[in-house]
Parts: sequence; structure tokens; C-alpha cells
Amino acid sequence: MSDNLVLEAKSVSKFFGTITALQNVDLHLNKGEVLGVVGDNGAGKSTLMKVLSGLYKPSEGSLFFDKEKVTLNSPRDSQNLGLEMVYQDLALAGNLPIGDNIFLGREPTRKVGPFNFLDHKKRKQLTEEHLAKLKINVKSADQKVEELSGGQRQAVAIARATAFNAKIVLMDEPTAALAVKEVGKVLDLILNLKKLGVSVIVISHRMDDIFTVCDRVMALFQGTNFAESELKNTSRDEVIGWIMGKKD
Amino acid sequence: MDKNQESLFVRLIPFFERYGILLLILIMIAVLHLLQPDVFLSWRNVTNIFKQVSWQSMLALGVFMVIVTAGIDLSVGSIIMLSLMGLAIASKAGMPWYVVMLVAPTIGFLCGMFNGIGITLLRMPHPFIMTLGTLYIFRGIGNLISGGVPITGFAEQIRVIGNGKIKLDVIFGEGAREYIPTSLILMIVIFFIFWIFLNHTRIGKWIYAIGGNPGAARAAGINVDRILIVVYTLCGFLAGIGGLILAGRTNSAYPNAGLQSELDAIAAVIIGGASFFGGRGTVLGVFAGVMIMGILRNGLNLMNVSVFWQQVLIGSIIILAVYIDVLRRQLATRT
Repeated sequence: MSDNLVLEAKSVSKFFGTITALQNVDLHLNKGEVLGVVGDNGAGKSTLMKVLSGLYKPSEGSLFFDKEKVTLNSPRDSQNLGLEMVYQDLALAGNLPIGDNIFLGREPTRKVGPFNFLDHKKRKQLTEEHLAKLKINVKSADQKVEELSGGQRQAVAIARATAFNAKIVLMDEPTAALAVKEVGKVLDLILNLKKLGVSVIVISHRMDDIFTVCDRVMALFQGTNFAESELKNTSRDEVIGWIMGKKD
Repeated sequence: MDKNQESLFVRLIPFFERYGILLLILIMIAVLHLLQPDVFLSWRNVTNIFKQVSWQSMLALGVFMVIVTAGIDLSVGSIIMLSLMGLAIASKAGMPWYVVMLVAPTIGFLCGMFNGIGITLLRMPHPFIMTLGTLYIFRGIGNLISGGVPITGFAEQIRVIGNGKIKLDVIFGEGAREYIPTSLILMIVIFFIFWIFLNHTRIGKWIYAIGGNPGAARAAGINVDRILIVVYTLCGFLAGIGGLILAGRTNSAYPNAGLQSELDAIAAVIIGGASFFGGRGTVLGVFAGVMIMGILRNGLNLMNVSVFWQQVLIGSIIILAVYIDVLRRQLATRT
């Protein structure tokens, strides 16, 4: 295995009462790599993501960040290690401007006497720099999120996830709710993150997404590792077969 | 409409969005001045309006913050009565004036915190239910502790807050009758502090975020329940300040104090442009909403319009103000 390993899960299992959501699942992710995770509904994709982000504690198995074993007690812990999750429902406040959303909960402040006040100038400047770095085009950093298209919102959600030098970004169906013409922009953004050295895990049902952005694809089936391959060594038909639990 | 005209119209929308309500106030003032040239803009009448709205504005400001979080507080009218009664009993018991002065805001603070804790920890399905309950509870307690009878006569230091005058001899010469009410100064200071709080602090930003999308606020690591408790507590605290001002203004605590004033507060907030669905509205808008209600009531009183007609008018203005907002939104999304 390469020296660039940033994230690894070793024989992770997750039980909910008598239900087995994950059974001895392995996953690894290299620096600057885009990994596609596919599987049917209930295959355990989302559970695996929630384990990686610290929302769920694994019942068995262990997680390694930069080859060091870690225990995650909350998403805050994984954030501190450089892992960010882009939620499927986007988790943006439509009434607030883009910059406020990107920095929500982590607003830059300046001290005036004993009080901490918001530093509006700094937030705006950081927002503009960050959007430029990711090549996200919007009219203004002060535009409210509710005025944006679905694709632009997805871009803001990704910008939010990467604003604090995230090393790993997890995306749950990043193109599911988008108009066709906007899908391309979001996929470009993922490739852009890769260029910046960020590792990405993409959950998607859409083969087009997987085959446009991923370096490697792994399939889960009924909570277990089913198949895995470098993208160049597989085909759409084969991956679709994996999702349905068929292997040659 | 040709293109130039349309773009001018579109460009005017944000201007109206921000200052339209102030324009409305100016129009009201102009009309009332024309109808009552000798009285309406007289020093005495203007200060009277400010004294009247000062305690109501405290309720409106508190309810506004609650509405920004997409909540509601129906109990502020009862909080003002309970804090007023508490103050009166402390005063009757012979406590020193500075203790008496602290009683009302403290009671308000505790009542608000009780609401906040009920809404978050007891997981009440909607703040409407919790605060509807406390609307009855707080007024009931107020009547229990006072025996349901008015208590009058407070220390001079208390009366100054609601009724004090800052003489303007320096400007108008010795013995001038012009003055600024203390309660107006207090109101401006408190509105300014809360403007800073809502627009220039992280908690203020989070209050708007919770109103916009509580899920997003949670995902951003914000402790939504804690912020909600802060908001309801501050709302109660402001109602307590309102009780203090009212005590000074009327020099008495009476069982019907603040009756239905929660509805006036909600009306002022809505007229001021805040969205009932949360996340939208400004402190300046609340101030404007309070002033519109105050000026309207005052003007109609001056013209001897019956209270019943006043009710009809205020109700119509609420509906009209929200309808204009609906139209504006439609226009804004069409562009």
C-alpha cells in the first residue's frame, strides 16, 4: 500500500441492536485521491460515512488518520483531524449570505476590549479568496444562499467543508438534486479539490459521476466489502453488476 | 414598461426594502401634521408618544428576537405584569430603591429562562404551547402575590425611569418647558445594544442562522438549545425592563397591566418587516414598527377616533404590511 495513506478503516463493523449495518469493512484513501463508494440502498454506504465522520462509533474495528489510530467521539473530532462532511441536505441557512454560511460556527472575530465582535471585513476577504481558489463563480460573497441555484448551493456547501484546510472531504450524493447542466460544475469542483491535494470520498448512484471524477471505486453489498478496483481496470457494466451483487 | 424604466424600478426595490418603512413613518407624520397642525408635532405630544411606546418597545424587541428564531413568545404581557407586581411588593416591603429596581428585570429574566428551558428541555412541540401556558401561569402568579389589587406609590428613583425629564434649558433657555423623556434615552440605548448584539456578535449571527435552518446551525456545531434558552431569557429580561419603565410611568402596579400587549408586540414586529417563519428582520424595522403603532394610536386619539376604529385600522395595517411584503418578494424573485 502506498505511503500516501491519509485515512484507513480496518474491519469496521456496526450493529444496531440485532441489525448488522456493516461487517468487517475495510477502506483506505490516499492523498489527493477520489474514491467512489457505490452500493444499493441499505448496503451500508451512509453508515460507513457516519462512522468515518465520527457521528457513529464503530461497534468493532478501528480508524487510522495519517496512519495513527484514533477514536472519534463526535464530528468535531474528525473535523479537528481534517475531515469534513458535505451533507446531502446541504445544511445551509438560506437567509444568510454565502460568506456567513461558509464560516457559520467558526466566524472570524476581533477583540474590542473584553468583547468579541464579528470581523465582517475579514470574513468577506477570506470568503472571496476561498471561492477564487476553488474557482467558484458567484455574483458576490454577500449574496444570500436562497438566491443561488442548486449547483451553486452545492458549491457553497463544498466551499464550507474545505474552508479550514480540510484534507479529506466526504460527499453524500453531491449531484443527486441538481439540474443536468449543473452536475458538470460540481464534478469540476471535485476535480479541483483533487488538484489542491484534497482526498475525496464520493457516494453516488450515478455512474457518470463515478467515471468522471474517481480514481478508484469500491462497492458495498449488504454491509460488506464486495468488490474494488482502480477505475481504469473496470467498466460501468461491471460496477452496476457489483451494486446488484453480481460478480463474474 | 421599457427596459430603462424597468431597471430603475428594479433598482429601487432594495431601497424600498431597506427604507420603505421609514418612508411610511414620514408620510404618517406629514398627514397627521396637516390634520392636527397645532398639536401633533408639539413637543408635548411627541414626547408623549415616546413615553407611551418606550415600555411597549421592550416587549417588541424581545419578541422580535424570538420570532427571528422562528419561535413565538405569547407570555411577555404576563411577564411585564408579574415583574411589575414583584417590583411593587418589594417596594411595599420597604426595600431600598436599588433593590426594587433590580426586581423587575430579574423576574423577567427568570420567567424568560423558564420559557426557554420548557421549550428546549421539555421538548414542547412548539413555543406557542409553552408560552401560551406561561401566559396564564405568570399572570396568575402576579395576581396571587398581589391579591389581585393594584399597588401604588414607588420611590422617586423608580419613577424617574418611566417619567423622568431631562431638561433642555441649555438649548431653549432658562425655565424652558422642552425636555427629553428618560425612557426615550433608555429605549435608544437598549435598542442600540441589541442592534450590536444581533449584527456584530457570533451569537447574534447564530440566532439568524437558527431561524434560517436549525439543521444547518446544528451541523455547524452550534448548540441550538442553548441559544434558544438565551433568546427566550433575553426576551423575558426585556419584558422585565418594560415592567420597570411601566412602573415609573404609572406609579402603580395593576392586575391588567400589559394585558394583550404581547399581541401589540407581535404586530409591531410584523409591521416592521420581520418574517414569521424566522431568519428575517432588523432591529431598525422593529423600532419603526413600534413607532408606526404608537403614532397611529396617538394620531387617532388626537382626532377623537373611537378605540374600536383604531382596532380595525391596526388590524388592517398588519394585513396590508404583510401583503406588501408578499408582493415585494414576488417582484424580487421575478428579476
